[in-house]
Amino acid sequence: MSQQRTPGDLNAGPVGSEAIRIEDLHKSFGPNEVLRGISMSVASHEVICLIGASGSGKSTLLRCVNLLEPIDRGRISLFGHDITDPRVDANLVRRQIGIVFQSFNLFPHMTVLRNVTLAPTKVLKTPAAQAADEAKALLGRFGLIDKVYDYPDRLSGGQQQRVAIVRALAMQPQIMLLDEVTSALDPELVAEVLEVIAELAAGGMTMLIATHEMGFARDIANRICFLEEGTIIEEAPPAELFTNPKDERTRRFLRRIVEAKRL
Amino acid sequence: MEQNQSPEPVDPLVGLPVRSVGGQWAPPGTFATGRGPRLFSPGGGTRATVVSTISTIVVLAALAAIFLLAPGARAVEHAFFNPTDMWQSFIGNPKQGYYSVGAAIWLNIRMFLAAEVLILAFALLIALIRHSVGPALFPIRILATGYVDFFRGVPLILVIFALGLGVPALSLPVISSQPDVVYGVAALVLSYSAYVSEVYRAGLNSVHQSQVAAARSLGLSQGTALRYVVLPQAVRNIIPPLLNDFISLQKDTALVGTLGVIEANKAADIYSETVFNFSSFTVAAILFLILTIPLARFTDRLIERDRRRRLAGAAR
Repeated sequence: MSQQRTPGDLNAGPVGSEAIRIEDLHKSFGPNEVLRGISMSVASHEVICLIGASGSGKSTLLRCVNLLEPIDRGRISLFGHDITDPRVDANLVRRQIGIVFQSFNLFPHMTVLRNVTLAPTKVLKTPAAQAADEAKALLGRFGLIDKVYDYPDRLSGGQQQRVAIVRALAMQPQIMLLDEVTSALDPELVAEVLEVIAELAAGGMTMLIATHEMGFARDIANRICFLEEGTIIEEAPPAELFTNPKDERTRRFLRRIVEAKRL
Repeated sequence: MEQNQSPEPVDPLVGLPVRSVGGQWAPPGTFATGRGPRLFSPGGGTRATVVSTISTIVVLAALAAIFLLAPGARAVEHAFFNPTDMWQSFIGNPKQGYYSVGAAIWLNIRMFLAAEVLILAFALLIALIRHSVGPALFPIRILATGYVDFFRGVPLILVIFALGLGVPALSLPVISSQPDVVYGVAALVLSYSAYVSEVYRAGLNSVHQSQVAAARSLGLSQGTALRYVVLPQAVRNIIPPLLNDFISLQKDTALVGTLGVIEANKAADIYSETVFNFSSFTVAAILFLILTIPLARFTDRLIERDRRRRLAGAAR
């Protein structure tokens, strides 16, 4: 534990071990059943991209894994531990799993530095000076060192989203969940955020990524899951899913994407 | 085209020739453009300053005329604005049986300060209870809701009477033997906390749920997220309405006088009953104004600063 870990090479166990296992996950909002029996598995150091139309359940799935939404039925395991057991301390689970949202959700009343150091100092009880040093190192790594003392509203969308990623990384999570992190960005700002994610993937970070960036998903993912109406329709390596989809619904979705010139 | 050849610059908004103060035609380009911004910029535009000064004098003169030309003007002036009585009530004279209004206002200030601190703390507690979600807290949530409904519904003066007369009558040890001013302040706290808790609650609701999600997703407990993420943003949003309530509280300390506590209004009342002249109330009114106006201006400044900050944020 005393060994300095950088977010790129977080070792969650030997490669190939199971980081997340989801079994028969159901979730409804009132009468609206958003997840209808999702089962999937994420290995350590694996990058999985969730694709599908808006409302297909991608975001809800990520929020359930982070325990931000209570689930109705099923089971989610983190490194073999059932985290949906009501006796589990959600705060302990969330320390292991970082999540980044579409709308950044930086704390507007805090500087960039404070945004990043808040959780390490309050949750991990890291001494303030050490937390600041670590935060500055991370911010420097992602090209944000001159924004350390700025408030979020002084930053571009791309910079804000990179800060949000750094904020999650500062907790040294084992797994990162990315919920359409480029969807709210101006097109010219998308690349700088995707570069950061690619760097994390190269460093071996286990990631579950909901995205509309098909080209990016094809380049970065080990596997792609296509969701429709709360179920996983098809799951395959990108080369296979994008070139030779098995299911008619996947083909229809990809055709629409191609027509919209998004692939 | 003809207008452009005219020697008189024309105001583009009203279409009338623009005249400077001294009756000289303004040089083209100075007055003929940007009429709006100049009116709002302090220090800029002599014409705007002159117009506003003149209109102010006219309005004040009209009001003064109504007052001075009224049939009963002399009587009112003697009863409410008699300089001798104003001065006597201000300094007080216990031998004549009346108190100094000027000294009594100090009690209002102390009541206000004590009540304000207690209200800020108590109202926050009520708001947090009402804002909570856990089913285990349901009973105290009901209590808090009942409390707010009750004390917002009952006139403050009745609460003051109920505490000031009722609690001593209970003959309980310690709490029934407090000075009247304590019951008065307690009534202010109970009544105002009900209002201020709703202001707090509006502030808590104004912080988007995604902020809570972001904080919780980092592993922050509910309490830590509230303390460091939600409350600071909530309080920032409600400072103007909070100060508004406190301006009101400053005046309402006068109601504690009904318990016989010698605060400014009660001291003025005693003077008027002793000397049969109401000028003491004018003194009390002036003293309350001196107290509340600085807070009102301070509130204005905060609102303006907040508006500018939002505009700056929106322009980005």
